[in-house]
Amino acid sequence: MGRAKGAIVVDIEKCKGCNICVVNCPTDVIELSKEVNGKGYPYAYMENPENCTGCANCALVCPDGVIEVYRVIV
Amino acid sequence: MDIKDIIKPENKVYSKTSLMTDNALSYCPGCGHGTAHRIVMEVIEEMGIAHDTIGVAPVGCSVLAYDFMDIDMTQAAHGRAPAVATGIKRLWPDKFVFTYQGDGDLAAIGTAETIHACNRGENIVIIFVNNGIYGMTGGQMAPTTLGGMKSSTSPFGRDIGTMGNPIKMTELVANLPGVYFASRQAVHKPSNVRKAKKAIRQAFENQKEKKGLSIVEIVSNCNSGWKMAPVQSNIWMEENMFPYYPLGDIKVDDVILGK
Repeated sequence: MGRAKGAIVVDIEKCKGCNICVVNCPTDVIELSKEVNGKGYPYAYMENPENCTGCANCALVCPDGVIEVYRVIV
Repeated sequence: MDIKDIIKPENKVYSKTSLMTDNALSYCPGCGHGTAHRIVMEVIEEMGIAHDTIGVAPVGCSVLAYDFMDIDMTQAAHGRAPAVATGIKRLWPDKFVFTYQGDGDLAAIGTAETIHACNRGENIVIIFVNNGIYGMTGGQMAPTTLGGMKSSTSPFGRDIGTMGNPIKMTELVANLPGVYFASRQAVHKPSNVRKAKKAIRQAFENQKEKKGLSIVEIVSNCNSGWKMAPVQSNIWMEENMFPYYPLGDIKVDDVILGK
Protein backbone atom coordinates (compact mmCIF):
# COMPACT_ATOMS: atom_id res chain seq x y z
CA MET A 1 0.00 0.00 0.00
CA GLY A 2 1.56 3.22 -1.16
CA ARG A 3 1.50 6.49 0.67
CA ALA A 4 -0.58 9.34 -0.73
CA LYS A 5 1.21 12.59 -1.44
CA GLY A 6 -0.86 15.61 -2.23
CA ALA A 7 -0.68 19.24 -3.08
CA ILE A 8 -3.15 22.09 -3.43
CA VAL A 9 -3.25 25.07 -5.73
CA VAL A 10 -5.09 28.12 -4.40
CA ASP A 11 -6.54 30.80 -6.67
CA ILE A 12 -4.93 33.57 -4.63
CA GLU A 13 -6.92 36.47 -6.06
CA LYS A 14 -10.27 34.78 -5.34
CA CYS A 15 -9.40 33.50 -1.86
CA LYS A 16 -11.13 35.52 0.85
CA GLY A 17 -9.05 34.30 3.79
CA CYS A 18 -12.01 32.90 5.76
CA ASN A 19 -9.78 30.30 7.49
CA ILE A 20 -12.32 27.48 7.11
CA CYS A 21 -9.90 25.29 5.10
CA VAL A 22 -7.24 25.83 7.76
CA VAL A 23 -9.36 24.40 10.60
CA ASN A 24 -10.69 21.55 8.45
CA CYS A 25 -7.26 20.33 7.27
CA PRO A 26 -6.61 17.06 9.19
CA THR A 27 -2.82 17.27 8.71
CA ASP A 28 -2.32 20.99 9.45
CA VAL A 29 -0.94 21.77 6.02
CA ILE A 30 -2.70 25.04 5.32
CA GLU A 31 -2.07 28.45 6.88
CA LEU A 32 -3.12 31.97 5.99
CA SER A 33 -0.42 34.15 4.46
CA LYS A 34 1.05 37.25 6.09
CA GLU A 35 0.70 39.05 2.77
CA VAL A 36 -2.63 40.01 1.25
CA ASN A 37 -4.09 39.65 -2.24
CA GLY A 38 -5.46 42.41 -4.46
CA LYS A 39 -8.64 42.67 -2.40
CA GLY A 40 -6.78 42.87 0.91
CA TYR A 41 -7.50 39.36 2.14
CA PRO A 42 -4.78 37.03 3.47
CA TYR A 43 -4.85 33.90 1.34
CA ALA A 44 -4.46 30.19 2.07
CA TYR A 45 -1.17 28.50 1.19
CA MET A 46 0.64 25.26 2.04
CA GLU A 47 2.74 25.94 5.13
CA ASN A 48 3.67 22.26 5.58
CA PRO A 49 3.44 20.80 2.06
CA GLU A 50 5.17 17.56 3.04
CA ASN A 51 2.16 16.60 5.23
CA CYS A 52 -0.48 16.96 2.51
CA THR A 53 -2.23 13.70 1.59
CA GLY A 54 -4.53 15.19 -1.06
CA CYS A 55 -7.67 14.30 0.92
CA ALA A 56 -9.53 17.29 -0.63
CA ASN A 57 -11.30 18.20 2.61
CA CYS A 58 -10.12 21.80 2.22
CA ALA A 59 -11.53 22.02 -1.29
CA LEU A 60 -14.85 20.47 -0.19
CA VAL A 61 -15.47 23.11 2.48
CA CYS A 62 -14.00 26.07 0.59
CA PRO A 63 -17.00 28.40 0.14
CA ASP A 64 -15.44 30.09 -2.87
CA GLY A 65 -14.20 26.94 -4.56
CA VAL A 66 -10.70 28.33 -5.06
CA ILE A 67 -8.75 25.18 -4.14
CA GLU A 68 -7.62 22.53 -6.63
CA VAL A 69 -6.29 19.28 -5.20
CA TYR A 70 -3.69 16.94 -6.72
CA ARG A 71 -2.72 13.50 -5.41
CA VAL A 72 -0.24 10.78 -6.30
CA ILE A 73 0.43 7.42 -4.64
CA VAL A 74 4.14 6.89 -4.06
CA MET B 1 8.70 14.07 -4.25
CA ASP B 2 8.70 17.61 -5.51
CA ILE B 3 5.47 19.57 -5.52
CA LYS B 4 5.91 20.27 -9.24
CA ASP B 5 5.73 16.52 -9.88
CA ILE B 6 2.45 16.26 -7.96
CA ILE B 7 0.74 19.25 -9.59
CA LYS B 8 0.02 17.77 -13.00
CA PRO B 9 -3.32 17.53 -14.82
CA GLU B 10 -3.38 13.71 -14.59
CA ASN B 11 -3.09 13.89 -10.77
CA LYS B 12 -5.98 16.28 -10.25
CA VAL B 13 -8.54 14.85 -7.81
CA TYR B 14 -10.74 17.85 -7.09
CA SER B 15 -11.47 21.23 -8.55
CA LYS B 16 -14.44 23.52 -8.86
CA THR B 17 -17.07 22.11 -11.23
CA SER B 18 -17.26 23.70 -14.67
CA LEU B 19 -20.93 24.52 -13.99
CA MET B 20 -19.78 27.24 -11.59
CA THR B 21 -18.72 30.32 -13.55
CA ASP B 22 -15.37 32.00 -13.01
CA ASN B 23 -17.02 35.08 -11.50
CA ALA B 24 -15.81 35.79 -7.97
CA LEU B 25 -18.65 35.00 -5.56
CA SER B 26 -20.26 38.08 -4.05
CA TYR B 27 -20.70 36.43 -0.65
CA CYS B 28 -18.87 37.35 2.55
CA PRO B 29 -15.75 35.33 3.43
CA GLY B 30 -16.76 32.00 4.97
CA CYS B 31 -20.43 32.14 3.90
CA GLY B 32 -22.03 28.74 3.33
CA HIS B 33 -23.81 29.92 0.17
CA GLY B 34 -20.72 29.30 -1.96
CA THR B 35 -20.41 25.68 -0.83
CA ALA B 36 -24.15 25.14 -1.26
CA HIS B 37 -24.01 26.55 -4.81
CA ARG B 38 -21.09 24.29 -5.65
CA ILE B 39 -22.61 21.04 -4.40
CA VAL B 40 -25.88 21.72 -6.25
CA MET B 41 -23.90 22.26 -9.44
CA GLU B 42 -21.79 19.16 -8.79
CA VAL B 43 -24.94 17.04 -8.47
CA ILE B 44 -26.30 18.49 -11.73
CA GLU B 45 -22.99 17.80 -13.48
CA GLU B 46 -22.78 14.24 -12.14
CA MET B 47 -26.34 13.49 -13.26
CA GLY B 48 -25.59 14.97 -16.70
CA ILE B 49 -28.66 17.19 -16.65
CA ALA B 50 -27.00 20.59 -17.08
CA HIS B 51 -28.85 21.29 -20.34
CA ASP B 52 -32.19 20.19 -18.90
CA THR B 53 -32.14 22.08 -15.62
CA ILE B 54 -33.74 25.43 -14.85
CA GLY B 55 -32.96 27.13 -11.57
CA VAL B 56 -34.96 29.83 -9.84
CA ALA B 57 -32.96 32.36 -7.86
CA PRO B 58 -34.60 34.14 -4.91
CA VAL B 59 -34.33 37.60 -3.42
CA GLY B 60 -31.67 37.78 -0.75
CA CYS B 61 -27.92 37.29 -0.71
CA SER B 62 -28.22 34.61 -3.37
CA VAL B 63 -30.18 36.89 -5.73
CA LEU B 64 -27.15 36.81 -8.03
CA ALA B 65 -27.02 32.99 -8.10
CA TYR B 66 -27.56 33.16 -11.88
CA ASP B 67 -24.18 34.91 -12.17
CA PHE B 68 -22.45 31.95 -10.55
CA MET B 69 -24.41 28.93 -11.76
CA ASP B 70 -23.69 28.27 -15.42
CA ILE B 71 -27.10 26.80 -16.26
CA ASP B 72 -30.43 28.28 -17.30
CA MET B 73 -31.66 30.44 -14.45
CA THR B 74 -34.41 32.89 -13.74
CA GLN B 75 -35.06 35.11 -10.78
CA ALA B 76 -38.35 35.40 -8.94
CA ALA B 77 -39.97 38.17 -6.93
CA HIS B 78 -39.38 37.97 -3.18
CA GLY B 79 -40.66 34.64 -1.87
CA ARG B 80 -42.35 33.64 -5.13
CA ALA B 81 -39.70 31.18 -6.34
CA PRO B 82 -41.89 28.05 -5.73
CA ALA B 83 -44.72 29.66 -7.70
CA VAL B 84 -42.39 30.53 -10.59
CA ALA B 85 -40.90 27.02 -10.44
CA THR B 86 -44.43 25.58 -10.55
CA GLY B 87 -45.12 27.46 -13.76
CA ILE B 88 -41.85 26.40 -15.37
CA LYS B 89 -42.29 22.76 -14.39
CA ARG B 90 -45.86 22.63 -15.68
CA LEU B 91 -44.79 24.11 -19.01
CA TRP B 92 -41.77 21.82 -19.34
CA PRO B 93 -42.49 18.68 -17.30
CA ASP B 94 -39.36 17.03 -18.67
CA LYS B 95 -36.99 19.70 -17.37
CA PHE B 96 -35.45 19.60 -13.93
CA VAL B 97 -36.53 22.64 -11.93
CA PHE B 98 -35.12 23.77 -8.61
CA THR B 99 -35.44 26.84 -6.42
CA TYR B 100 -32.64 28.14 -4.26
CA GLN B 101 -33.99 30.21 -1.39
CA GLY B 102 -32.94 31.74 1.89
CA ASP B 103 -34.94 31.79 5.09
CA GLY B 104 -36.18 35.37 4.69
CA ASP B 105 -37.44 34.43 1.26
CA LEU B 106 -38.86 30.95 1.88
CA ALA B 107 -39.97 31.18 5.52
CA ALA B 108 -41.19 34.79 5.74
CA ILE B 109 -42.62 36.53 2.68
CA GLY B 110 -42.85 33.28 0.72
CA THR B 111 -44.58 31.15 3.35
CA ALA B 112 -47.81 30.92 1.36
CA GLU B 113 -46.09 30.02 -1.93
CA THR B 114 -43.88 27.47 -0.18
CA ILE B 115 -46.68 25.76 1.71
CA HIS B 116 -49.02 25.61 -1.26
CA ALA B 117 -46.35 24.41 -3.69
CA CYS B 118 -45.51 21.70 -1.14
CA ASN B 119 -49.16 20.84 -0.60
CA ARG B 120 -49.81 20.57 -4.34
CA GLY B 121 -46.84 18.23 -4.53
CA GLU B 122 -45.24 20.06 -7.43
CA ASN B 123 -42.46 17.93 -8.86
CA ILE B 124 -39.64 20.38 -8.05
CA VAL B 125 -36.63 20.60 -5.74
CA ILE B 126 -36.38 23.34 -3.13
CA ILE B 127 -32.94 24.14 -1.72
CA PHE B 128 -33.52 26.12 1.47
CA VAL B 129 -30.51 27.85 3.02
CA ASN B 130 -31.32 28.75 6.63
CA ASN B 131 -29.00 31.10 8.48
CA GLY B 132 -31.52 32.45 10.95
CA ILE B 133 -31.23 36.06 9.83
CA TYR B 134 -31.85 38.47 6.96
CA GLY B 135 -28.29 38.59 5.68
CA MET B 136 -28.41 40.91 2.69
CA THR B 137 -30.34 43.77 4.28
CA GLY B 138 -28.14 44.00 7.36
CA GLY B 139 -28.89 41.22 9.82
CA GLN B 140 -32.51 41.86 10.78
CA MET B 141 -34.54 39.30 12.70
CA ALA B 142 -36.05 36.57 10.53
CA PRO B 143 -38.80 34.05 11.40
CA THR B 144 -36.00 31.50 11.86
CA THR B 145 -33.97 33.62 14.31
CA LEU B 146 -33.42 31.62 17.50
CA GLY B 147 -34.88 32.62 20.86
CA GLY B 148 -32.46 34.99 22.61
CA MET B 149 -30.45 35.50 19.45
CA LYS B 150 -29.32 39.05 18.83
CA SER B 151 -29.98 40.72 15.49
CA SER B 152 -30.09 44.33 14.38
CA THR B 153 -33.85 44.49 15.01
CA SER B 154 -33.72 42.44 18.22
CA PRO B 155 -30.61 43.93 19.87
CA PHE B 156 -31.46 42.44 23.28
CA GLY B 157 -32.13 39.00 21.84
CA ARG B 158 -35.33 37.59 20.37
CA ASP B 159 -37.98 37.55 23.07
CA ILE B 160 -40.14 34.49 22.42
CA GLY B 161 -43.03 36.00 24.41
CA THR B 162 -43.51 39.01 22.15
CA MET B 163 -41.77 37.98 18.93
CA GLY B 164 -42.89 34.38 18.66
CA ASN B 165 -41.04 31.14 18.17
CA PRO B 166 -38.54 30.42 15.41
CA ILE B 167 -40.28 28.44 12.67
CA LYS B 168 -39.10 24.97 11.66
CA MET B 169 -40.12 25.22 8.05
CA THR B 170 -38.84 21.85 6.87
CA GLU B 171 -40.66 19.92 9.62
CA LEU B 172 -43.76 21.97 8.87
CA VAL B 173 -43.89 21.17 5.17
CA ALA B 174 -42.81 17.55 5.74
CA ASN B 175 -46.28 17.00 7.21
CA LEU B 176 -47.91 17.87 3.89
CA PRO B 177 -48.79 14.92 1.66
CA GLY B 178 -47.23 16.47 -1.47
CA VAL B 179 -43.74 16.44 0.01
CA TYR B 180 -41.90 13.21 -0.81
CA PHE B 181 -38.48 13.96 0.66
CA ALA B 182 -37.36 16.44 3.33
CA SER B 183 -33.91 16.65 4.79
CA ARG B 184 -31.82 19.07 6.83
CA GLN B 185 -28.06 19.28 6.30
CA ALA B 186 -25.11 21.62 6.81
CA VAL B 187 -22.02 22.50 4.77
CA HIS B 188 -19.47 23.67 7.34
CA LYS B 189 -17.42 20.44 7.54
CA PRO B 190 -16.30 17.95 4.88
CA SER B 191 -18.53 15.18 6.26
CA ASN B 192 -21.54 17.50 6.25
CA VAL B 193 -20.78 18.63 2.70
CA ARG B 194 -20.78 14.99 1.56
CA LYS B 195 -24.08 14.26 3.34
CA ALA B 196 -25.68 17.43 1.98
CA LYS B 197 -24.60 16.53 -1.53
CA LYS B 198 -26.09 13.06 -1.11
CA ALA B 199 -29.40 14.58 0.02
CA ILE B 200 -29.47 16.98 -2.94
CA ARG B 201 -28.71 14.08 -5.28
CA GLN B 202 -31.62 12.15 -3.75
CA ALA B 203 -33.87 15.17 -4.26
CA PHE B 204 -33.03 15.42 -7.97
CA GLU B 205 -33.39 11.64 -8.41
CA ASN B 206 -36.88 11.93 -6.88
CA GLN B 207 -37.72 14.61 -9.40
CA LYS B 208 -36.48 12.38 -12.21
CA GLU B 209 -38.88 9.67 -11.06
CA LYS B 210 -41.72 12.22 -10.67
CA LYS B 211 -42.21 11.42 -7.00
CA GLY B 212 -43.24 14.86 -5.79
CA LEU B 213 -41.63 17.77 -4.06
CA SER B 214 -38.25 17.40 -2.36
CA ILE B 215 -36.92 20.00 0.05
CA VAL B 216 -33.34 20.10 1.35
CA GLU B 217 -32.65 22.60 4.10
CA ILE B 218 -29.05 23.65 4.59
CA VAL B 219 -28.36 25.21 7.99
CA SER B 220 -25.68 27.77 7.30
CA ASN B 221 -23.81 30.59 8.96
CA CYS B 222 -24.06 34.34 8.46
CA ASN B 223 -20.85 35.57 10.01
CA SER B 224 -21.43 39.20 8.99
CA GLY B 225 -24.99 39.23 10.31
CA TRP B 226 -24.05 37.36 13.47
CA LYS B 227 -21.00 39.67 13.93
CA MET B 228 -18.51 36.82 14.20
CA ALA B 229 -15.42 35.53 12.44
CA PRO B 230 -16.20 32.72 9.94
CA VAL B 231 -14.75 29.87 12.01
CA GLN B 232 -16.29 31.24 15.21
CA SER B 233 -19.68 31.49 13.51
CA ASN B 234 -19.48 27.83 12.48
CA ILE B 235 -18.79 26.84 16.11
CA TRP B 236 -21.68 29.04 17.26
CA MET B 237 -23.89 27.37 14.66
CA GLU B 238 -22.98 23.90 15.97
CA GLU B 239 -23.68 24.92 19.55
CA ASN B 240 -26.86 26.92 19.05
CA MET B 241 -28.48 26.28 15.67
CA PHE B 242 -28.12 22.49 15.54
CA PRO B 243 -29.94 21.76 18.84
CA TYR B 244 -32.99 23.63 17.53
CA TYR B 245 -32.57 22.64 13.88
CA PRO B 246 -31.27 19.05 14.19
CA LEU B 247 -29.53 17.67 11.11
CA GLY B 248 -30.70 14.58 9.28
CA ASP B 249 -33.46 13.28 7.06
CA ILE B 250 -36.97 14.27 8.15
CA LYS B 251 -39.09 12.55 5.51
CA VAL B 252 -37.80 9.79 3.23
CA ASP B 253 -39.87 7.97 0.60
CA ASP B 254 -43.04 9.71 1.76
CA VAL B 255 -42.60 8.51 5.37
CA ILE B 256 -41.87 10.91 8.22
CA LEU B 257 -38.99 9.47 10.25
CA GLY B 258 -39.22 9.19 14.04
CA LYS B 259 -43.00 8.98 14.13
